[in-house]
Amino acid sequence: MAKRTNEEWLAALRGSGQDRAIGDLRAVLVRGLKVTFGGRVRGLDETAEDFAQDALIKVLNNLDSFRGESRFTTWAQKVAVRVAYTELRRRRWRDVSLQETLERHAGAGGEPALLTDRASSPERETARKMMAETLQSFIAEETTDRQREAMVAVMFEGMPLEEAARRMQTNRNALYKLLHDARKKLKRRIEAEGLSAKEMLEALGDG
Amino acid sequence: MLNPEDLGNLARALDMTSDEELACDECFEKLDRFVEVELDGLDAASAMPLVQDHLDKCGDCREEYQALLDALRVEKGWTPVSLIWVRMRRFFQGDRGQG
Repeated sequence: MAKRTNEEWLAALRGSGQDRAIGDLRAVLVRGLKVTFGGRVRGLDETAEDFAQDALIKVLNNLDSFRGESRFTTWAQKVAVRVAYTELRRRRWRDVSLQETLERHAGAGGEPALLTDRASSPERETARKMMAETLQSFIAEETTDRQREAMVAVMFEGMPLEEAARRMQTNRNALYKLLHDARKKLKRRIEAEGLSAKEMLEALGDG
Repeated sequence: MLNPEDLGNLARALDMTSDEELACDECFEKLDRFVEVELDGLDAASAMPLVQDHLDKCGDCREEYQALLDALRVEKGWTPVSLIWVRMRRFFQGDRGQG
């Protein structure tokens, strides 16, 4: 495969040598995807080809947004990784609804700061319980329903941001901002009460 | 609602929260550069601290960053075995996004 500078890649993908350049770029993307997902995705050869094809379309449609701050192939591989993960997360979480996730979490919570750690002292359990109740009231007072849903799905139940966003009819970037806003509000409230997140971690034995 | 694990996750997330954080789109925009700086053996986290900060907090972006890094490492001559070691280390370090 011909080695190209960024300018040569862009010129080739836009010009008369497009077919060859597309073939070369496809090979780069397939190779990278196979490395990334080797041993983790069934039917890897075919899947990598499919992801590379989708990524190629995205790359070709967005050539103008390449700012030349990295090698062109690095930028294109970044797009391919995003395409692949978006689809793999969608498949993995396909059968999980947001509502079920929220209900499962509400059901699993039971009493705040449930005593589950046998090695924990009674004092630490009391501190945990108080902290859980305090944080619970701050969450109720400072955050919106939507922020609470996102916190449970992403922070407590481990749902990918992208999948939570899809279920909440928003996008990953907006959901990150929504959660960031919730974290900031909670942090300010804790500090306004004369506490700090660090002290909370220490009290939990995680500090 | 908050069990001990939630409580720990939340306290850690709040401890790491800053007023200024990149969101996912801004991180994605800079990710290719960040990875190349790292592959050049330079301190990408110091050069682009807001990107590192976002990667520390966002599980989705971190996963994609690691995947891109792996792909480029193999291009640079890393062997699949060395990648497995890196992945195992990540696995044992644990992973959860904060958003």
